[in-house]
Amino acid sequence: MNIHEYQAKHLLAKFGVAVPFEIPARSLNEVRPAAEKIAASGSSKVVVKSQIHAGGRGKGMFKTGFQGGVKVAGSVDEAVGFAEKMLGNVLITKQTGAEGRQVQTLLLAAGAKIKKEFYLAVLLNRETSRPLIMASTEGGMDIEEVAEKHPEKIFKETIDPAVGIMPYQARKIAAALGLKGELFNAGVKLVTGVYNTWWECDASMVELNPLAVVELADGKETVMALDAKISLDDNALYRHKDILEMRDLNEEAPLEIEASKFNLNYIKLDGSIACLVNGAGLAMATMDIIQHCGSNPANFLDVGGGASKEQVTAAFKIILSDPNVKGILVNIFGGIMDCNVIATGIVAAVKETGLKLPLVVRLEGNNVLAGKKTLAESGVAIITGDSMADAAQKVVQAVGK
Amino acid sequence: MSILVKPNTKVLIQGITGSFGARHAQLSIDYGTSVVAGVTPGKGGQFFEHGGVKVPIFDTVADAVKQTGATASAVFVPPPFAADAILEGADAGLDLVVAITEGIPVRDMVRVKRALQGNTKTRLIGPNCPGIVTPGEGKDSHGGCRIGIAPGYIHKKGNIGVVSRSGTLTYEAVWQLTSRGVGQSTCVGIGGDPVNGTSHLDVIKLFNEDPETTGIIMIGEIGGSAEEAAAEWIKKNCKKPVAGFIAGATAPPGRRMGHAGAIVSGGKGTAAAKIAAFKDAGIGVAVTPSEMADVLLKMM
Repeated sequence: MNIHEYQAKHLLAKFGVAVPFEIPARSLNEVRPAAEKIAASGSSKVVVKSQIHAGGRGKGMFKTGFQGGVKVAGSVDEAVGFAEKMLGNVLITKQTGAEGRQVQTLLLAAGAKIKKEFYLAVLLNRETSRPLIMASTEGGMDIEEVAEKHPEKIFKETIDPAVGIMPYQARKIAAALGLKGELFNAGVKLVTGVYNTWWECDASMVELNPLAVVELADGKETVMALDAKISLDDNALYRHKDILEMRDLNEEAPLEIEASKFNLNYIKLDGSIACLVNGAGLAMATMDIIQHCGSNPANFLDVGGGASKEQVTAAFKIILSDPNVKGILVNIFGGIMDCNVIATGIVAAVKETGLKLPLVVRLEGNNVLAGKKTLAESGVAIITGDSMADAAQKVVQAVGK
Repeated sequence: MSILVKPNTKVLIQGITGSFGARHAQLSIDYGTSVVAGVTPGKGGQFFEHGGVKVPIFDTVADAVKQTGATASAVFVPPPFAADAILEGADAGLDLVVAITEGIPVRDMVRVKRALQGNTKTRLIGPNCPGIVTPGEGKDSHGGCRIGIAPGYIHKKGNIGVVSRSGTLTYEAVWQLTSRGVGQSTCVGIGGDPVNGTSHLDVIKLFNEDPETTGIIMIGEIGGSAEEAAAEWIKKNCKKPVAGFIAGATAPPGRRMGHAGAIVSGGKGTAAAKIAAFKDAGIGVAVTPSEMADVLLKMM
């Protein structure tokens, strides 16, 4: 699960990470008082930041033509003016796709005079099965680009989960970032807090880009998280009720939410051939073979190991809600599950949804003969495939006609 | 021979009284696997009965091992308790702990993996895996050792080793082999999570040493770099033909494809990179999943 920047900073602050003075606003009524509070705190600038689950907001453009999802206002009135152009409008960035995302929350933050920008992230290193802290002096940039062009500018520190982050490890990172004096100590505290946020919240990634040295109104310098991104391990949310409440359904595709209600794992894609498969690996492989046969998959859909008639019907309805779908490929390897149960479910779903599109079914495994008989005698127009390759070719051909 | 388990391996089941554990305990008993004990805390002294077999239930794994001589376990306990169950199995000195449970938090597995570091006695397979099958000699491979959730009847005793992250894709490969009259030595599902106990490479090494295994099918998927590591080792050390398939060539970056580990992030773990590593290592690449068995058989 992903959360918004303001929610991420809220979690980080709990673990002692310094963040700017900032207030989220969900409606225009909330914007002015929030901007006034920020101005009253001594900040001459108010930053207005669109809250969506996608990067590239600063360079993004609203569907209305308004440029920039992050704006720096010199006055409260200007901040309110920006907010009016952002709130409720659809922001398109390089990560949102052409459809963009509607901005439903703004984050108003005290403007900071940035002296230096860094990158800091905590993630799992799959090769060692241990947490890894990554830091770079090249903040505010695309870190993948830095990793490719200047790998020497990325500093890595592996954490032993048995003892957690040790102070010397945080000191090594602060030193690698070139922090000195009071900033060094502040950096150590911040790095420790970021790691602890990752561990204690069961995050899959915490990323600060940029982490910055900023000059405060009184001329003193400090380090703080100017932007923050946190994604969480879905499997661990059961022990974080407070974080689960941060879920924003507006950021999730409606069909994916609907699918999750039926314990179906569905991801919408851009192609025209829908697939319904049992097992994640087989589902991926089915998508691949559709592409190999010259078409493109409309979705990833794993119905799991014990699909019921209700699940199959729900799966068909979800698939058919995608207007791009021109044909359906069902690929079931019924290891333990009974192929005849699946076949009965398919026939019922076709009848209930009044399916008109070409449907190719490949069944294999337990009680497969009875399953094939059920399909053949159903009176429903179903094309059967003998193998995955055969089924994929048939559905691509049927759609191509 | 086979790897990891033999047809007569004594198996215990952690979580035998849960619906999922019970169902698969029954199927393993039906397959002829020697299921000698169950563990459910608080139900010690009771019995799990199926098909004329009476399996004693114990409160602790240590007790079960002491009383029955079990050497391998299947973990079916729910995710919040799975890390504890795995480490309990290791503490009891089992040779093999196979964690079937899906949905264990990554942090729990990071701790488990750390706790098992240096433990040369117990091997963990999984979590989130279909388990292991060493086929037997009977009809539909009856009499083999089945730990986990794979369908037993699709197997056939023989000489091909199969290792995969995915369940149904493993069954697909096994079925392709069996349908062509070719049997398997052992089939291992290592699981689709980002942190797992046993890697592709670990299993490949075992197959390489096993005199009965004459060819290997390795099935991978997007995410991580375990397939690349295995390919590199195969290039230098493997004496046997290996055919491979990588699922997820069409998966968009940043989206998790069902398995927690199946995600392309930061440009790493792409199918293209893995397939290139396979080709470089002389591994026969199945372009589509329909060809996994045929590609291997052509190499042999």
